[in-house]
Amino acid sequence: MKSITKQKALEEIEEQMEGLERVCIIGCGTCATMTRTGGREEVLDMKERLEGVGKMVTGWTVIPTACDEMTEIALRQNNGAIQIANCILVMSCALGVHRVVSYIDKPVIPALDTLFIGVEDSPGNFREVCAQCGQCLLGETAGICPITACHKGLVNGPCGGTNNGKCEVDKEKDCAWALIYQRLEKQGRLNLMRRYQPPRNFQVTPRPRITAIL
Amino acid sequence: MATSFKDALNSGKFVVTSEIGPPKGTNVDKMCHHIDLLKDKVDGLNVTDHQSSVMRFPSLGGCLLIKERDCEPILQMTCRDRNRLALQAELLLAYTRGIRNVLCLTGDAIPVGDHKEAKEVFDLDSAQLLSAIRQLESGKDLGGNDLDGAVQFCAGAIVTPEARPIEPQLIKFDKKVEAGAEFFQTQAIYDLDNFSKFMQYARQFPVKVLAGIVLLVSARMAKYMTENIPGIFVPQNLIDELAGAPKGEALNKGIEIAGQMIADLKKNSICDGVHIMAIGREEVVPDILAAAGLSAG
Repeated sequence: MKSITKQKALEEIEEQMEGLERVCIIGCGTCATMTRTGGREEVLDMKERLEGVGKMVTGWTVIPTACDEMTEIALRQNNGAIQIANCILVMSCALGVHRVVSYIDKPVIPALDTLFIGVEDSPGNFREVCAQCGQCLLGETAGICPITACHKGLVNGPCGGTNNGKCEVDKEKDCAWALIYQRLEKQGRLNLMRRYQPPRNFQVTPRPRITAIL
Repeated sequence: MATSFKDALNSGKFVVTSEIGPPKGTNVDKMCHHIDLLKDKVDGLNVTDHQSSVMRFPSLGGCLLIKERDCEPILQMTCRDRNRLALQAELLLAYTRGIRNVLCLTGDAIPVGDHKEAKEVFDLDSAQLLSAIRQLESGKDLGGNDLDGAVQFCAGAIVTPEARPIEPQLIKFDKKVEAGAEFFQTQAIYDLDNFSKFMQYARQFPVKVLAGIVLLVSARMAKYMTENIPGIFVPQNLIDELAGAPKGEALNKGIEIAGQMIADLKKNSICDGVHIMAIGREEVVPDILAAAGLSAG
């Protein structure tokens, strides 16, 4: 599992840092390193760019996995740089930003936009495969998620926009239901596609979703 | 209009419906003019629901105008813009205002329209919307709560007989029938042999099918639709016919082609009627009907 991110434009980061001149930068050694959005190289590049627009970088670090609880220790090790900074710029996905926010009272600014949870098809090419909807349908859809792979998230078959097995929104993208049909047909399980799916339950649990694994 | 759309469907006559595109704005003069022009020539008039995800005057508003002008409206409802509360509420309102026909569609995707940053809803899909109508008719809403006054609709859906591949579409068609569709309007058809094959399949089910007739106005438009509109394939011979028409005569050629198709469908009893989509050329729908040999009324 990877949290796929992209860097925000420097102008947007600058805007959020208005009046905050001293900044400590935190990167992430896991997903953001793999997506080349918040690893060591990108953190150093950001340092240079921020200095170029007149900001003072008090320190930087790349936390092994910014979203886990070890982040607290890593932050403590960088306490000096954090203390003298006005704000923290986090170059991880939103999960890492949340983790940092829970330990630091200073303004925490995200340098990345979190796009989706995806898998890497080939080096540098990521694909969204799960929308974390809380009601997995993969057993009925031949392992292709219609919530994620269909632009409209349809659960009862294709819309009228499907065209030669492609999607009306993007001719380069496969129609999820064409794929599901092909795979179910191969498996001799088209009866699953014929089954009426009732309206989805969007309230699996009220947000924010919390779970305790005992 | 003396006969309801449902009665017309069940009468065994060759049913004709057409479509009104509502304005982008509050000037409904042109729409009212089109309604007046067509009301005595068709068995029902659809009003599109933000077709191609382009924001316009609503389908329900257009249907009320049709009703006021003594014609039979067919409310188009897509699942793109409203969640299940809003869809049900609109059905309640429509029913109290005398609207008795609903066409259930999934709806085009937002990125093809003119509000590309809007949030898409798709809380329900077209099959689920049909099912919701049947549930409201039973006196209960989708939450299972009792209604104080139920609805009753003649509910329909769409199907794309020329979709490639066709099999997934047919499964969806079956599901729509099961969910309660009484009639189907098809995406534009141009290949009558292919459509006849589809009708052989559809005839297994107790539903009425109105063939979609989209007026071709030029060879360019025919080519554009074939290349860009899902499920529309204009055969090369029709494109050639349009291209070969004398300058300024392509529209008349298109009217002739549409009229001929309707006449063939009727003569060979291929389907139960037609749904004519003139897309911005509503003025010439009477000419298409004349070319088809269908007299007024």
